Amino acid sequence: MTTLTLSESKPVDRPSVKAQYDHFIGGKFVAPSSGEYFDNISPIDGKPFTKAARGNKEDVEKAIDAAHEAFKTWSKTSPAERSRVLNKIADIMEENLEMLARLETLDNGKALRECRAADLPLCIDHFRYFAGVIRADESSISEHDEHTVSIALHEPLGVVAQIIPWNFPLLMATWKIAPALAAGCCTVVKPAEQTPTSIMVLMELIADVVPPGVLNVVTGFGVEAGKPLASSNRIAKVSFTGETTTGRLIMQYASENLIPVTMELGGKSPNIFMKSVADADDEFFDKAVEGAVMFALNQGEVCTCPSRILVHEDIYDVFMERVVERTKAIKMGHPLAEDTMMGAQASNDQYEKILSYLDIGKQEGAVALCGGERADLNSGLETGYYVKPTIFKGHNKMRVFQEEIFGPVVCVTTFKTTEEAIAIANDTMYGLGAGLWSRDAHELYQVPRAIQAGRVWVNCYHAYPAHAPFGGYKKSGFGRENHLMMLNHYRQTKNMLISYDKKKLGFF
Amino acid sequence: MEVIKRILITDAAKEVIDTLRKRFGSELMFHQSGGCCDGSSPMCFEKGEFKVGSQDTWLGEVYRCDFFMSADQFEYWKHTQLTLDVTPGRGSSFSLEIPMGIRFMIRSKLFTSEELENLNPVTSGEERLSQG
Repeated sequence: MTTLTLSESKPVDRPSVKAQYDHFIGGKFVAPSSGEYFDNISPIDGKPFTKAARGNKEDVEKAIDAAHEAFKTWSKTSPAERSRVLNKIADIMEENLEMLARLETLDNGKALRECRAADLPLCIDHFRYFAGVIRADESSISEHDEHTVSIALHEPLGVVAQIIPWNFPLLMATWKIAPALAAGCCTVVKPAEQTPTSIMVLMELIADVVPPGVLNVVTGFGVEAGKPLASSNRIAKVSFTGETTTGRLIMQYASENLIPVTMELGGKSPNIFMKSVADADDEFFDKAVEGAVMFALNQGEVCTCPSRILVHEDIYDVFMERVVERTKAIKMGHPLAEDTMMGAQASNDQYEKILSYLDIGKQEGAVALCGGERADLNSGLETGYYVKPTIFKGHNKMRVFQEEIFGPVVCVTTFKTTEEAIAIANDTMYGLGAGLWSRDAHELYQVPRAIQAGRVWVNCYHAYPAHAPFGGYKKSGFGRENHLMMLNHYRQTKNMLISYDKKKLGFF
Repeated sequence: MEVIKRILITDAAKEVIDTLRKRFGSELMFHQSGGCCDGSSPMCFEKGEFKVGSQDTWLGEVYRCDFFMSADQFEYWKHTQLTLDVTPGRGSSFSLEIPMGIRFMIRSKLFTSEELENLNPVTSGEERLSQG
């Protein structure tokens, strides 16, 4: 039984929230057509802290109406003006960083430390990044011959639908909203059911700087609000982050309307530690140890969670001894306490799902090197959703090695040769993230080159800077985010083929 | 030994299915999702809503609902018996029970070597659909 390392600071005060929040449509807060709201439960203590509007088809239609109306002007708005709006959003988020960070913790359960250091700064930088790239954006022109000119002009798609996951509520919304608005599209966003509040507070802050209807947010349940949105014949594209079955269903709906989709569906990312990592017990070795413990970031609720450790068998003992020690030192506690490293899982069903995987792991013969059970916290946290960070030792065919647990659980196995490491790394249905740690100059390029994943971190992990394209291979989805190339996910090309020749062809 | 079912169900889950059948006026189906967020959990839809085909495996019927998962995922699951259960929660996705404040989930058990000899045969989604 692992004893828990507990955080020591007192939690900071919760931000004040309203009793309930409406939709944000056409620049205003609009009550749900049904008049109904649903509880938003904080994972900190399993108790409701506010309510969200229960959206339905009528609300979605109003939002699409507002977006179409706004598109008439937004699509003609200059890049300089669009850039100014995005920069203003970034400034406002920066001015309100602490409040938004505490709210994100309250909504999602993640440690405040992470919201302050990662979620919010990344959001702010993301809006600034797209505000910057759109100023330097150009289309292209070529002279085919003396009389013929071809213009390939980027045009915004129109009104798009964006369905957001709950693991980084503000950041995931930002990754979708920023490029869409930069490209000149108007959007209808549906936040996740678990985390419908932080984005509404953000809308309150930016309502006056975004032209009405450019950005609309409708909260609600998937089958009631998400489905009418994804299957609407008045949207030009759907962008989605979530799970595979829902991704397939969204593609189905999109196929009925022949519209494009992009989606990111998760992963079972391998973190590979080559033999040279342990050549010295120096600061790089320490960095590699931290790299392995990164499975605990955001309570493991990250699509790219490095949930498989692949370590060279010759260094297993020396490396894993330190990894287990570092994992046991992770401080758990109240998510609003400033030194808490790992907070609560986002909902009761996520918590139960993780526990069921701890069970199946043990049944399959995986050995828990630490953790392996729920975390019993007190001081008001008894009914929150806390799980101890867990390391399972086993082999790559076990279900815990293949399925996304989405919790603070990592599975470790060993390899003898580089070929074996690559084979195990690629033996998964997914291909989102991967990590490669080595001191060897050849391995640093050749191993990542052989891994079938859209993001391979080399001697680092869990960095998501703007201007580094991010997305999946295989069942992790398709399409990318975080790079100016992605403006093209929200645009189509109009080719104007112009003849300056006055003479007819001679056909008719 | 009698044929062993691959998918079982708890009474609590049966009650939820009954409620949903009434609410939607239709038979239901399940597809086990992989992936992040609400993945690694069964999704409940009205029968026919979610298109299955040759790349899906039909595990059997549970309380009159067809239960599917993708064939490549099934390769890793085929040695385990699944029980469809519910738990209070707040899920995302288009699964039908979500507005009720509960979530379907799967509990798993390894088959014994004896059970492995006597399992209910599976077919592809495409074959299941053509059976009607």
